[in-house]
Amino acid sequence: METKPLTVIYGAHATRIAEPEVKGDELWLTAEELDRTSGWVFKPEGFCKAGTCIPIPPKRQSEFIRDSRYNLAALAALLGQPIVRNQEQAVWSFGEAAVERRRSLTSLDAPDFTLPDLSGRMHSLSEHRGKKVLLVSWASW
Amino acid sequence: MDLPVWQALYDELRDHNFIPIAVAFDSAGEKAVAPWIEAAHPTYPCLIDRSHIVAELYDMVNVPTAVWINEQGRIVRPSEIAGFNDAFRRMDRVNLTMPPDVLEEFSSARSAYVGAIRDWAVKGAASRFALPEQEVLRRMHTPSDEHVRAAANFRMGEYLVEQGHADAARPYFEEAKRLRPESWNYKRQAWALEDPMKAAGPEFWAAVDALGPHEYYPVSKDI
Repeated sequence: METKPLTVIYGAHATRIAEPEVKGDELWLTAEELDRTSGWVFKPEGFCKAGTCIPIPPKRQSEFIRDSRYNLAALAALLGQPIVRNQEQAVWSFGEAAVERRRSLTSLDAPDFTLPDLSGRMHSLSEHRGKKVLLVSWASW
Repeated sequence: MDLPVWQALYDELRDHNFIPIAVAFDSAGEKAVAPWIEAAHPTYPCLIDRSHIVAELYDMVNVPTAVWINEQGRIVRPSEIAGFNDAFRRMDRVNLTMPPDVLEEFSSARSAYVGAIRDWAVKGAASRFALPEQEVLRRMHTPSDEHVRAAANFRMGEYLVEQGHADAARPYFEEAKRLRPESWNYKRQAWALEDPMKAAGPEFWAAVDALGPHEYYPVSKDI
């Protein structure tokens, strides 16, 4: 079991975890760290976020919960999320599951996001509901 | 850069409940985009997306790419090239200039695209450019396991660069490009992080030429 600090990239955020427990492919976080990195909260019905709960498969409880810690890597595998790791810098990058991306895009509801402008002020797409929005990308390169 | 084009459209069409939101896919952040934004002094949101989050959410593989979103937050045109076409491939690659006929052909893509936006802003759902749901779905490319794995690798690379570990980042960018070879965003961003000139240098032109008859900027046939 390793306990050195690491960074978890999850959704739009990168979160520093001071004392995680890493064992092979397992990443064990406290309830507070789990919520802070990923937004998932453990409840009697399973892992819950935004009104949806994912039940833990029967007889596999120990893969997900142990000693008041939760294995974010096992949850990601259950959800079909890709995991990319860098050992040297202790970084874990969790992607979105393809099935979730497909569901989101094909719903045709424009997915929300929040990003800074040059002055650092944050803007969300959802602030502009009620307008016709041209969402257009560019780059300096 | 098109920031002034979107500003002119905003000035013209804001009373029709229209707003552009420009998103810069730039992992180098403020320092890379500031000169362009400061020169354009936009009054619409001009946002910085170091991690290419919007590219991932909306399945964008090049710039400039746009999505149209209506008043109810529904997508009425999925990701498509926003007013560019492949005439640029015939430009003078040394001086980066276009002969008059090439420039005219290149500009025609923009005027057609701007005209379509104007039609939509004024007519709303009645515009022929606001597509029915079935057509939006038909035009969408749905994300695969390779695509989401590519995105997770790109995020890792971008994070490592930001933390000052450019060498450690390289294999993750390579993996992202391997998993999603059609993404010019991954290719050109990775080049630009090595050297800002490289994204439009000989490597870029070689990759464009390798497309052969395939388009770099696929044009939507209805615009």
